[in-house]
Amino acid sequence: MELNTLTAHALIDLLNKKDISPIDICNSIIKRIADTEKRLNALAHFDKDAALKRVGDGFKPSPTKALSGIPVFIKDNICVKDELTTCSSKILKGFKPPYNATVINKLLAADAILMGKTNMDEFAFGSSTETSCYGASRNPWDTERIPGGSSGGSAAAVSADEAILALGSDTGGSIRQPAALCGVVGLKPTYGRVSRYGLIAFASSLDQIGPITKDVEDAAILLKAISGHDEMDSTSANIAVNDYVPEIKKDIKGLKIGIPKEYFIEGMDKDVKDSIKTAVQKLEGLGAVCEDISLPHTEYAVSVYYLVATAEASSNLARFDGVQYGLRPENAKSMIDMYKKTREQGFGDEAKRRIILGTFALSSGYYDAYYLKALKVRTLIKRDFDEAFRKFDAIVTPTSPTPAFKIGEKISDPLTMYLSDIFTISANLAGIPGISIPCGFTKNNLPIGLQILGKPFDEEMILRVAYNYEQNTDWHNRKPENILK
Amino acid sequence: MAINRDTVKYTANLARIELSNGELDHFTAQLDRILAYVDKLGTLDTSNLEPTSHVLEMKNVYRDDVVKESLPVSEVIQNAPARENNLFKVPKIIDTEA
Amino acid sequence: MSYETVIGLEVHLQLNTKSKVFCGCSTGFGSAPNTQVCPVCLGFPGSLPVLNRRALELGAKVAIALNCAIARKIRFDRKNYFYPDLPKDYQISQFDQPLAQHGFLSVVSGEFERKIKIRRVHLEEDTGKLFHQKDSSLVDFNRSGVPLLEIVSEPDMYSPEEAYLYLTALKSILEYIDVSDCNMEEGSLRCDANISLRKKGETSLGVKTEIKNMNSFKGVKSALEYEARRQEELLEEGGRVIQETRLYNAEKGVTEPMRSKEEAHDYRYFPEPDLAPFDFEEEFLKGIERNMPELPEPKKNRFIKDYGLSNYDAAIMASDKDIAAYFEECAALYSPKTVVNWLMGDISAYMKEKNVSMKALKLKPEQLSDMLKMIDGGVITGKTAKALLIEVIETGKNPKEMVKEKGLEQISDVSLLEDTIDQVIAENLKSAEDFKNGKENAIMFLVGKVMQKTKGRANPGKINGILRERLKGAAK
Ligand SMILES: [Mg+2]
Ligand SMILES: [Zn+2]
Repeated sequence: MELNTLTAHALIDLLNKKDISPIDICNSIIKRIADTEKRLNALAHFDKDAALKRVGDGFKPSPTKALSGIPVFIKDNICVKDELTTCSSKILKGFKPPYNATVINKLLAADAILMGKTNMDEFAFGSSTETSCYGASRNPWDTERIPGGSSGGSAAAVSADEAILALGSDTGGSIRQPAALCGVVGLKPTYGRVSRYGLIAFASSLDQIGPITKDVEDAAILLKAISGHDEMDSTSANIAVNDYVPEIKKDIKGLKIGIPKEYFIEGMDKDVKDSIKTAVQKLEGLGAVCEDISLPHTEYAVSVYYLVATAEASSNLARFDGVQYGLRPENAKSMIDMYKKTREQGFGDEAKRRIILGTFALSSGYYDAYYLKALKVRTLIKRDFDEAFRKFDAIVTPTSPTPAFKIGEKISDPLTMYLSDIFTISANLAGIPGISIPCGFTKNNLPIGLQILGKPFDEEMILRVAYNYEQNTDWHNRKPENILK
Repeated sequence: MAINRDTVKYTANLARIELSNGELDHFTAQLDRILAYVDKLGTLDTSNLEPTSHVLEMKNVYRDDVVKESLPVSEVIQNAPARENNLFKVPKIIDTEA
Repeated sequence: MSYETVIGLEVHLQLNTKSKVFCGCSTGFGSAPNTQVCPVCLGFPGSLPVLNRRALELGAKVAIALNCAIARKIRFDRKNYFYPDLPKDYQISQFDQPLAQHGFLSVVSGEFERKIKIRRVHLEEDTGKLFHQKDSSLVDFNRSGVPLLEIVSEPDMYSPEEAYLYLTALKSILEYIDVSDCNMEEGSLRCDANISLRKKGETSLGVKTEIKNMNSFKGVKSALEYEARRQEELLEEGGRVIQETRLYNAEKGVTEPMRSKEEAHDYRYFPEPDLAPFDFEEEFLKGIERNMPELPEPKKNRFIKDYGLSNYDAAIMASDKDIAAYFEECAALYSPKTVVNWLMGDISAYMKEKNVSMKALKLKPEQLSDMLKMIDGGVITGKTAKALLIEVIETGKNPKEMVKEKGLEQISDVSLLEDTIDQVIAENLKSAEDFKNGKENAIMFLVGKVMQKTKGRANPGKINGILRERLKGAAK
C-alpha cells in the first residue's frame, strides 16, 4: 500500500516500528502530487525540494511528539514564516510573513513536516474554491465539479491522497462543507479553541482553524496538536484540552442526539436526505437516542451571516492597501488613487462584492437596520442551540443540502452560492463545534457528509459520535478512483 | 429596491474600491438581490434583544506591561512595495490631517 | 454686535506605559524608523491585539483625576478610515462605551476659577508618523500602537485664554498623576480645538470650525485668537462660518482651510471582535484608587490647614507636583511661609529665566533651609543669600561651607564696620554734607557705598544707624 493513502495514526505506528522513515512518506506524497495535481489544482504553493529538505538530513523523528515526521498541508490563509501566504489573492502577491501563526508553531513543536499551501477561495470568500486567483480546485470524485470551499484545496488534497493531514479554516462552513463534498473528515472547533493568531482574518468573530483528515482519529490527533490557550489571541479560551483519542473510542449508548427539522428543507438533494436518515438509524442502532428537535431561527442564519461576516471582512481587508506589502500598481497619482487601483486590481469579484456589502451594512444610516439587526438575530440563533443542548449531547444534520456541483454552476449567482452554506453557518454564529464525516454517496458516486454539532468546548463528544459512526460504516475507506482516468 | 447605484458607488468609495460602470451595474443588481433576501430579518421583533458581538462569554483579557522584542527592521520592510531607507514610501500626501 | 466665543478641546495624550497598548513593542521615543514594530502594530495580516493592562490603569487614573464616572463595562470599537499612517486602516478606539464620561477639571488662575466640563475619556491606539518629501511621503510605524488617551471637553470655554488655562491645568494634573510625559513638542500631548461664535445671550451653538496642527499651548491660544477674529469679521460682514477643518500655520499666525478635499466622515464604528469586553471589577478600581497620588485641589486645602498658607500661596504650591513635593520637604525643615516666599520669589524667577524644572535644581531642601536659617540667624544678609542661592542652585555645593569658605558671614564687628563707614564718609563728603543739610535721601547713597565695600556682608540697618550717629556727631 502506498504511504500517501494512509492515515496519520497508521503512519505513526509504522514510524514507531521503524518500518518506514518520514522521507518515505514525503516521497510518496511528492509522487502522488506529480500524478494528480495537474488535474486537481489543490495546492497554491508547493516546492517539493523545500519539503524534502525539511524532512532531509537534519530531521530526527522523536516518537514522543504527536506528529513526528507527519506531513501537513496548510491552507493559504495561515501565516508561515518566510513562506508565501497569499489567501489565493492577487493582492497578497509575493507576501511572505515574517512570523508563524500559532498553529504553525504548535505543529512544529509536535514535529510535523510542513509541506506547502493549499488552494482556497480568495480570502475564504466562497463555497467552491472557484474565486481563487490560482483558478478553481477540482473535486477528486469528479473533476468537472467543485471540491467545495473555501478550504477546497485542503479537502481535495486529503481526499486525493496528496495530503495526509491538512489545516483549513471555517467561517461559515469552509472546513465542513468541502470535507463533505470530497468525502473526508473536517472539524470546526469551538470559537476560541484554536488560536487565530496568524490566520489572515475573514470574519474575526466567526473564524476558526481546524483539521481536514482521512478519518476521525486523525482529526482528534490534529485538533489536539493545534488547540489550546494562546496569549497572543485575546479570544482564545483558557480551557484545558483533553487527550481526545482514548475518549472518542467510548461507545455512544444512551447519548441523546437531536435531529433538527429545519435542516430537511425543500429542494434539498434526495440522496443526501436519504443518507442522513439512514445515518440517524445507524446511530440509533449504536445505542444513541435520536429525537426530532427544532432550531426555529435556522432560516435566518444565512442572512445574519452575510451581514456579520461581510461587515467584519470589510474592516479586516481594509489593510490590503498597497502600503506595506502585496500588490501596488505603478503610477498612482495620489494616495487615494493608489488605494483604489491597488484594491481594484488586487481583489477579485467576490471579494469586492463582500467588502462593499459589509461596508454598506456598517455605514451611516444602515448600521441599525442591517449590522445591528443581524447581531440581535444572532442572539436568537445562539439561544436556539443553548436551548437544544440543555437536553441533547449532540445535534446531527446534513453538512450540505447538495453534493458537489459543477464548476461554473453557481459562480455567477452569489445568492445561490451563499445558500449552499445554509447548514454550516449556524455553528459559526453560535460559536459551537461541528464535524463533517462521510455518510454515503449519491447515485452519481458523489460523497455526502453528515454534520455533528456539539456544545461549546465539547469537541470530544462530536468526535466520539463521529468515531463510533465511522468505525461501524465503510464510507471513509472509499477512495476516488477516477482522478487519473 | 434595497440599494441603488449611487449608494453602491458611495459605498465602494468608502471601501476604496474603484468600480467600472459595468461593475457598478452588475454589483448593484446582485447586492440588491442579496439585501432583498436578508430583509427577512426585518420580520423578527428584536427590540428586547442584546446584540451578540462576542459569541462566547469572555472578558477582561489583558497582558502585563512588559516590553518584548520587536521585529528586525529587515523583516519589517521585506514585503514593502516601495521604500526609502527603512521607511515605507507612498505617494505624496497633501496636508497633515489624519 | 458682540459675540461670545465657545471652545471645546480634544486632547490626545500618550500614556507612559513601557510597552504599546496592544503589543509588546517599546514605546520609547526617538528610535530609528521602524525598529519598534512587530506584526501587531504593523497591522500585518493575521496579527491580533492583546490589551496592555497598564494602559487601562493609567486611563482609569486620568478618569478619576478628572472626576469622571468610570464605566462598569467598556468595549473597544474599530474606527474605519484609510490613511497610510494607520496600518490596519482602522483604529482600535472606543465609541459608545468609553472608559469614562461626565467629568470636570477645576481651573484656577488668579481671579478665574471654574469647573470646565469633560465630556469623555477613551483609550485608543496611536498612528504611525508621516514624513513629507517633495514628491512622496514616508511612513514610520514606531509610534503606531502607543496607548493614547483621548480627553474631550465639552464646548465649555469662552475665550482662548480659558482654553490656555484649561490646558495648563490639565497638564499639571496629568503630570501629578504621572501618566504621561505631556510633551507637546515630542507629540506626547496633542490638542485639537473646536471653536464657534454666537451672539451674546444666545444659548444654541454657532457653526464651528475644527482647528488642528498646533504645537504648543501658546500656539493653541494664538490659533484660537486668530480664528475667533476671523469668524467675528465674517459674521460682522454678514457672512457665514463654514463647518470645516482648518490648520494652524504657526509661521503666519493664521488658520487655513485644508488643501485636500475633505470628505464626509463615515467611520463605520463597530465592536472590535478581536478584543474581549472589559468589566471593571471593584478590586481593579480600588487598586487604582489606592495608588492615586493626592490631587492639587485636596493638596491645596491641606497646605492651608497644615502650614497656614494663604489660599493663593497654597494654590501655587499645590499646582505643580514637583514644587509641592519640594515645598513639603522644605516646610518640614523650616518655616513654611519663609519657604514659600523664596520659592515664589527668587527660585521661581530663576527657573523661569533659565527655563529649568524643579527637578533639575541642584538646590536641595536642606540647603535652602540652611540658608534661610543663616539669614534669620543673622549669619548672612539677605543680599548675600540671593547671590549665594544662584551659586548653590548651579553647583549644588553646601551653602554653609560656602559661607565659611568665602567669608560671607555678616560683618557684625562694629569697629570693623566703623572703619569702613569713616572711609566712605571721607570719600563722599558732598553726600555727607547734603544729609547734614536735611537731604534725607543722601543717606541711602552712603549706605549703598558701604554695602559695596563690604560686598553685601554688612547689615544695612546697622550701617544706617552708625552713619546717622557719625554724621549727627560731626554736625555738632
Ligand atoms: Mg481619537
Ligand atoms: Zn508591536
